[in-house]
Amino acid sequence: MAFLAILIAAWATASRLGESYLFPGPDDVAAALYTGFKSGILTRAVAKSMARLLVGYSVSLVAGVALGCALARVKLVKETVGLLVLGLQAVPSVCWLPLALLWFGLNEMAIQVVVVLGSLLSIAVATESAVNTVPPLLVRAARTMGAEGAALWWRVILPASLPGVLSGARLGWTFAWRSLLAGELLFVSGGLGQVLEFGRELHDMALVLAVMAVIIALGLASDHLLFGRLERRMRRVWGHDRR
Amino acid sequence: MVDTYRDAKAGDAPIIEVAAVTKSWPREGGGEVTSLAAVDLTIRRGEFVCLCGPSGCGKTTILNLIAGLEHPSSGEVRVRGARVEGPGPDRTVMFQESALFPWLSVRSNVAFPLEMAGVPKAERDARVERHLRMVHLWRYRDAQPHELSGGMRQRAALARALVNDPSILMMDEPFAALDAQTRDVLHGELERIWVETGKTVVFVTHNVREAVRLGDRVIIMGTRPGRVKRDLEVSLARPREPNDRDVASLSAVVERELKIEIEKVIREELDDAWTPAGNGLPRDSHRGMGDGI
Repeated sequence: MAFLAILIAAWATASRLGESYLFPGPDDVAAALYTGFKSGILTRAVAKSMARLLVGYSVSLVAGVALGCALARVKLVKETVGLLVLGLQAVPSVCWLPLALLWFGLNEMAIQVVVVLGSLLSIAVATESAVNTVPPLLVRAARTMGAEGAALWWRVILPASLPGVLSGARLGWTFAWRSLLAGELLFVSGGLGQVLEFGRELHDMALVLAVMAVIIALGLASDHLLFGRLERRMRRVWGHDRR
Repeated sequence: MVDTYRDAKAGDAPIIEVAAVTKSWPREGGGEVTSLAAVDLTIRRGEFVCLCGPSGCGKTTILNLIAGLEHPSSGEVRVRGARVEGPGPDRTVMFQESALFPWLSVRSNVAFPLEMAGVPKAERDARVERHLRMVHLWRYRDAQPHELSGGMRQRAALARALVNDPSILMMDEPFAALDAQTRDVLHGELERIWVETGKTVVFVTHNVREAVRLGDRVIIMGTRPGRVKRDLEVSLARPREPNDRDVASLSAVVERELKIEIEKVIREELDDAWTPAGNGLPRDSHRGMGDGI
């Protein structure tokens, strides 16, 4: 908290020294945040971006975990799709946007493709390694207790991979979030990315910084409230804190 | 050397038959590693059989074959006359590490085999409670595995292994990671539970004293390749005490048999210059360590 106060004070001082329209101080940004939420521009943008994110992220979470499991356990998939996954991971997701725009047109589908491609692969890779590192002893024990096929996956392999899958999901969430904003910046979309672009066009740097503040706040909130909470709970149940 | 305390077993029906079983794996870079060579073994209903041998003798492999986790390269494993094709509810395995699921409470861990078998909730709860009480863990039913000590975890694993009422309980060095005191206590409990439930137990260990303390029979296994070297009937009265004179003297006999095998393993691992005699402390008058007292 003290650190935050010092940071804001330093920011205020620094902005006084420079041109205020290029580097607005905290007061300008606070004002921009206030008007932004009051007029509903930021509120609508946040709602729109979050709704997109939830759809795209859900798709890549489900598909990524499924792909990861297949990569870990089906040799044919590993030998074919595995290489593709590694290669595609090198491609920043926003590179898909031109292609997606041509394929699907200027619509939601194009931007969702970017979000999904941005997060799916990292979730798949994390899931693959999590499944591969499930202790074989647990699987053998489960099989002697009559767990086979779907029951083995649902009741043993997936729960046992949870720590790895969860950190993959956390990483995937930030990737999805970044892909979404990059995508929204590049074409008219009605989300936070567009407000950012809007601020640039109007030379309203206070608005740009306000959007960035919102992004930071959302990022921190989702990490703490969602993933942080899940991870803490998992560590407590598994006893990871005691080691 | 020991008094026969029961010999009626000979007439009992065999429950497990291992018939001319070999097991080999392809070696990396060609060739094969033979883990078991032509093993024959018959285990009768209700018997407590200990498989004892140095590492690499294939004792765990035999367990896995009976459990159906692995398949023999040739020969056949039969349980109650039927060929073993895979794991089944009549056979459970308990491992050296408890293999409890860390995401489930003790109670849910013990309930797991029952859920897999589709036992209804009410009966499940009753059976979990009965078995947790049997191993004296009922007080810890809602604990997570990581909150238990090593001995308690093995108790929970034992409850989980028995909860579905299998006729065969296989144990793969279940107490090897425990301290000696805890192990003694658990030996006593296992003996008690075995007498109460009448299960057939196949118990793998490299601890000779443990094998003699617990087993009706001690199968001494040899290595390179893995095979049955000697099949000893232990007819000491029960309950046995770990420091019984008879347990100790029979252990010495088994120890001697095993020593030859263990030395064989060490000779292969080390170079030819190693000899068992050259490795011990010389006993002369200067280093007698109080011999003459």
